[in-house]
Amino acid sequence: MPVSENGTAQEVAAARVLVGSASDFREGDRKLVQVAGRTVGVFRVEGRFYAYENTCLHQGGPVCEGRYFPKMTAVVTGDGRVLGEKYDESEPHLVCPWHGWEFDLRTGEFCGDRSKKLRSYTVETEGDEVYVA
Amino acid sequence: MSELYDRGKIQIENLLRNARAQADQRGFDRFPIVDVDSHHYEDRRWDEIIPYIEDDGIRDWARAMTERSGKAAATTITTAQVGNQEVSGRILRAGRNQLADLRDLSAEQRKHDDVARMLWAMDMMGIDYTIMFPTPMLHLSLHPAAEVEVALARAYTRWLTEELLPQDDRIRTLAYLPFNDPEASLRMIEEFGDTPGVVGFMVTSIRYRPVHANEYAPVYAALQERGLPLAFHAAYNWHEQSMTQLNKFISAHALGFSFCNIIHMTNMIVNGIPERFPGLKLAWVESGLAWIPFLMQRLDNEYLMRTSEAPLLKRLPSDYMRDMYFSTQPMERTAPTGMMRESFEMMNAENTLLYSSDYPHWDFDVPSVIYDLPFLTDRARHKILGGNACELFGLPTDKRAPASAAEAGLAPMVGEAVPVASTLS
Ligand code: FES
Repeated sequence: MPVSENGTAQEVAAARVLVGSASDFREGDRKLVQVAGRTVGVFRVEGRFYAYENTCLHQGGPVCEGRYFPKMTAVVTGDGRVLGEKYDESEPHLVCPWHGWEFDLRTGEFCGDRSKKLRSYTVETEGDEVYVA
Repeated sequence: MSELYDRGKIQIENLLRNARAQADQRGFDRFPIVDVDSHHYEDRRWDEIIPYIEDDGIRDWARAMTERSGKAAATTITTAQVGNQEVSGRILRAGRNQLADLRDLSAEQRKHDDVARMLWAMDMMGIDYTIMFPTPMLHLSLHPAAEVEVALARAYTRWLTEELLPQDDRIRTLAYLPFNDPEASLRMIEEFGDTPGVVGFMVTSIRYRPVHANEYAPVYAALQERGLPLAFHAAYNWHEQSMTQLNKFISAHALGFSFCNIIHMTNMIVNGIPERFPGLKLAWVESGLAWIPFLMQRLDNEYLMRTSEAPLLKRLPSDYMRDMYFSTQPMERTAPTGMMRESFEMMNAENTLLYSSDYPHWDFDVPSVIYDLPFLTDRARHKILGGNACELFGLPTDKRAPASAAEAGLAPMVGEAVPVASTLS
């Protein structure tokens, strides 16, 4: 089983699966496809494609069907007072609809513990065609 | 980036499809699964329930509030809590917003919508029997007028047992006791104790009348005599004086759901209710499990220094607790496996735990949460997931959920089981 740069084992599908044409994907669009018996969510974020298994690390919920929310941050003054909360839109999260576990949409990392990641898949584009492998 | 967030929401076709896959992968068709705590949203049915209110004044009050406020009537006649269950819209609960949009379950099954939704969720999770609780009524215990608690409890119970439960015997209830009125509670037991579908009674735990008060002696005696369990269903009360210091839902919820049952359990034990009513079957619902070893240690430690303050006790407080029943959800699963194993042993888990989903509430547990615990024997698994509840509530042990996704009307799902995280470490 090949291991990606970050050391996480990646699923290898028996064959590539055609997801659709790249031009069908606008920013933020996603598609669910079947890859070797598993449901995989394919996302387009800032022009790049990401694919994750639709199984949450918590109780196995359909994480890829969840909503996107920006990372939440607290506004803290230099002297330690909290002034409120602000979204950081530069870090989009994919939120599992079952109980709210949040994952970094661009890495699949679990935001509650960055050492845990969603099972990810390699996305290949050939011409206008997008494949999950 | 805002373009991205504009497309952040899609229609989910079947929110519980993965639960059905888990049931298939684990073979949940091999043994009965009982869910001792699921919910419906009775506040959406007040127009059906109101005609069952017997008191003319309270019925007209309720009707007038419905006409004025529509669906909000439930919170104008009962009591409301400040809430943020869905973490500002992140969690999508099936009971609220899924599937019913796509097809009309109740028309398909010719059943009340609440029955149809419940059966659908049970079929998806592989659950054979469920004990269904209301939702906003869990706060009715805080109503300042005891007669309103009595009137609504009676109306709800009559509606439930006359209209809903006769439609399918997979759904049972622990009937609501209006505990702010002990005499009315006793009358409820006498009236509904033998009603089909009623497997016991429940008290909602956010309340202020001490449960060891002598006025409850006839209530406990009546339950003991009939062999009917009494469940204390936890809730949170953000208006509770100590809780008003907490600014976040996470805080009020995490503490509140254990806090209320810790208070009642402490009163029950220290005042010797298990010695006075040794046949009374008590179940503690929806406080999680971590509070049990905590309270066992706190009470045992102090009891040994102060036995004369609890003269009715013949055993350690924890010994009495090990004779009671506890629902499993929301099961805290972040401790090291060894610590969880010890906790399970300490609470006699194999014989006292009752699986509960709490579905469709936000912190629900699928049956795999129990099934995948690495330290349970098969026997313990089966007992916690169903056997203990079948025995306690006198339920049949036959399989009622579909045996597979295909039987449940879904395309077959393949792929091997991915264990749900038993711990984070
Ligand atoms: S299954 Fe995803 S948050 Fe629980």
